Amino acid sequence: MTRLVKAARILLATLREIFDEAAYSRFLGRSQMVSSPAAYAAFWRERESSHERRPKCC
Amino acid sequence: MSKLLSTFAWGAVAALGAVAVGVVALHRGEPISTLWLVAAAACCYALGFRFYSKFIAARILALDALRATPAERLENGRDFVVTNKWVVFGQHFAAIAGPGPLVGPVLAAQFGYLPGTLWVLAGAVFAGCVQDFVILLFSVRRDGKSITEMAREEIGRVGGFVAYGAVIAILIIILAVAALVVVNALKDSPWGTFTIAMTIPVALLMGVYLRRIRPGKVLEVSVFGFILVLLAIWGGQWASQSAAMARVFSLQASSLAILLIVYGFAASVLPVWLLLAPRGYLSTFVKLGAIGLLAVGIVVVHPALQMPALTRFADGTGPVFAGKIFPFAFITIACGAISGFHSLISSGTTPKLIARETEARMVGYGAMMAESAVAIMAIIAACVLQPGIYFAINSPAGVVGGTPAAATATISGWGFPVTASDMQTLAHAVGEQTLFNRTGGAPAFAVGMAHIFSQSLGGERVMGLWYHFAVMFEALFILTLLDAGTRTARFMIQEALSHIYQPMGWTSWYPSILITSAMIVGVWGYFLWQGVKDPLGGINSLWPLFGISNQLLAAVALCVATTIIIKMHRAKYALVSLAPLAWLVAVTFTAAWHKVLDPDPHVGFLAQARVLASGPATAATRRLIFNNRLDAALTAIFVAMVTLVLIESVRGWFGVLSGRKEVRLKETPFVMTRLVEEQG
Repeated sequence: MTRLVKAARILLATLREIFDEAAYSRFLGRSQMVSSPAAYAAFWRERESSHERRPKCC
Repeated sequence: MSKLLSTFAWGAVAALGAVAVGVVALHRGEPISTLWLVAAAACCYALGFRFYSKFIAARILALDALRATPAERLENGRDFVVTNKWVVFGQHFAAIAGPGPLVGPVLAAQFGYLPGTLWVLAGAVFAGCVQDFVILLFSVRRDGKSITEMAREEIGRVGGFVAYGAVIAILIIILAVAALVVVNALKDSPWGTFTIAMTIPVALLMGVYLRRIRPGKVLEVSVFGFILVLLAIWGGQWASQSAAMARVFSLQASSLAILLIVYGFAASVLPVWLLLAPRGYLSTFVKLGAIGLLAVGIVVVHPALQMPALTRFADGTGPVFAGKIFPFAFITIACGAISGFHSLISSGTTPKLIARETEARMVGYGAMMAESAVAIMAIIAACVLQPGIYFAINSPAGVVGGTPAAATATISGWGFPVTASDMQTLAHAVGEQTLFNRTGGAPAFAVGMAHIFSQSLGGERVMGLWYHFAVMFEALFILTLLDAGTRTARFMIQEALSHIYQPMGWTSWYPSILITSAMIVGVWGYFLWQGVKDPLGGINSLWPLFGISNQLLAAVALCVATTIIIKMHRAKYALVSLAPLAWLVAVTFTAAWHKVLDPDPHVGFLAQARVLASGPATAATRRLIFNNRLDAALTAIFVAMVTLVLIESVRGWFGVLSGRKEVRLKETPFVMTRLVEEQG
């Protein structure tokens, strides 16, 4: 049972990472903001100005 | 005792693998079950991961769990983040899995199921997984540097320049090919076009929801978006049955091409949160679900492979694309066996997330194995179709004839019986007006996928829904690549132009955004238009161009890997990267030679230009002649660029091995990890 719960947690964490929810949480923590339309807009501004591009393969 | 048990278990896996590969390779006559392919693949991957990747990890790379990774040393909560290895694995797989491993194997199925299967298995275990693994590790040891930076530092300026040029060239060619695949899947298909068109307002809605209503709740909105897309598939059936709606959404290839070009431009200039990001989330959500569903469907239904192991088209006269098994099967299937593009991902986001060096093996080698398994599923989806049906869908009208009677007569004459009424029944079952001449691989994959699903869920009655689900899944995949790729190429061009005029490098300066977006869309749009107007279907010329450029980038990545291995004083093991490099150079240079100089006009660009020049001179002919010469020139430029990298690399290897050149590895110095201390 514990293994199942652990597997489910890892699956959820993976999905949160893939879908940028984890990155948004880290952004909120780093910038000490609470989730709001303004915070989300700031998150995207930071991502767009970042030199780190996320290429997707063919 | 446990060692004995382990030896026995791995011996059993090896024996099962040998039997399965033997059955796949040697069986002739009656169709075989797809489970043999699944067993062969599973055993090869298990053995490759357990033994080969472990050998590379221990003997060559000497992975060190005590060495702090950039994720730990440079942690900033943004790009560098210590992450669980399974999470990194999932993130890496989602980034490398695109439409390539679905389309390439379907096209290569014209040779039969055997060549593609053997290349996907051997190519992944000995080349693709190795490339992804070693490049990932070398990037981890260099603070997450990109492949272009590593090429410049370890090989020289030429290496860096060529890698940069190859990336832009591949991006442009793949965007054109991907768009062409979508055009061929959606032309004269009101159901498919309606469904895909609806994904744009769905994505916009998701973007607004994320921005204004529930900021950051991406998983939640993706589920919501997925439900809306399923409704769009259902609505597509209604649209195809309503005369007025069917007229609006029945579009010719040229109209679809123009719409895609406009879409690509809009996606590149609009704010990323509004269209690109939500569409990417939706695509990833559907992609992961559909791949999982297909894997389960294949194992549960395990249909028989109807395609023979080898077809008569091994001689190079194939209708899907012209050229012999060697070298064309090996450039047609890139992703799934080895893809140079993966080296960008392995030296992009992933190395900045890895917590320990030892995890690079699971992430780099393991995720590529998963991608290879997707390619095996695509081979299965194409080869469970009756060969006559497969060729009727994938052959251009210029080869088999423009009418159903002519096409079926030609294909039946090859020994693959098919009738016009078979095709009409199938088209009716999937809700299309016709399935003839739907080149590009996506429609054949969708029919195969629908065939597998309809045998377990819902039966023939819902085959149309499954078919359009598969088309939607592929088109969504490809359109995401189209908008993300256009944007990535735009950033690269902006960066390059900033050296000439600095404001051009500002990513939020609208004149620069508009000019560079128009440049990128204009170039891939040109190649797309060329493909749409090509009487041989476009795929015949564009897919080999993509394959050659992608494999040449893999050659550059393997040059970097071999150079670093030699500098690490592991020259006696350099064959691990040198052997796949030699194979890729042989394959791509031979393919390039054929595409440029082969006297057969179906294969060689210049030969086709000569044939066209000898006919009546019309505006269309002049354009085709120019396009063929342009494709030939591009191929020659790719080869020349990689030859330069090879020469510079080989000079460096001899210099290091003979002691004439000082060994300068650009690794970051060893720093002890704190993660182990904290745990210990």
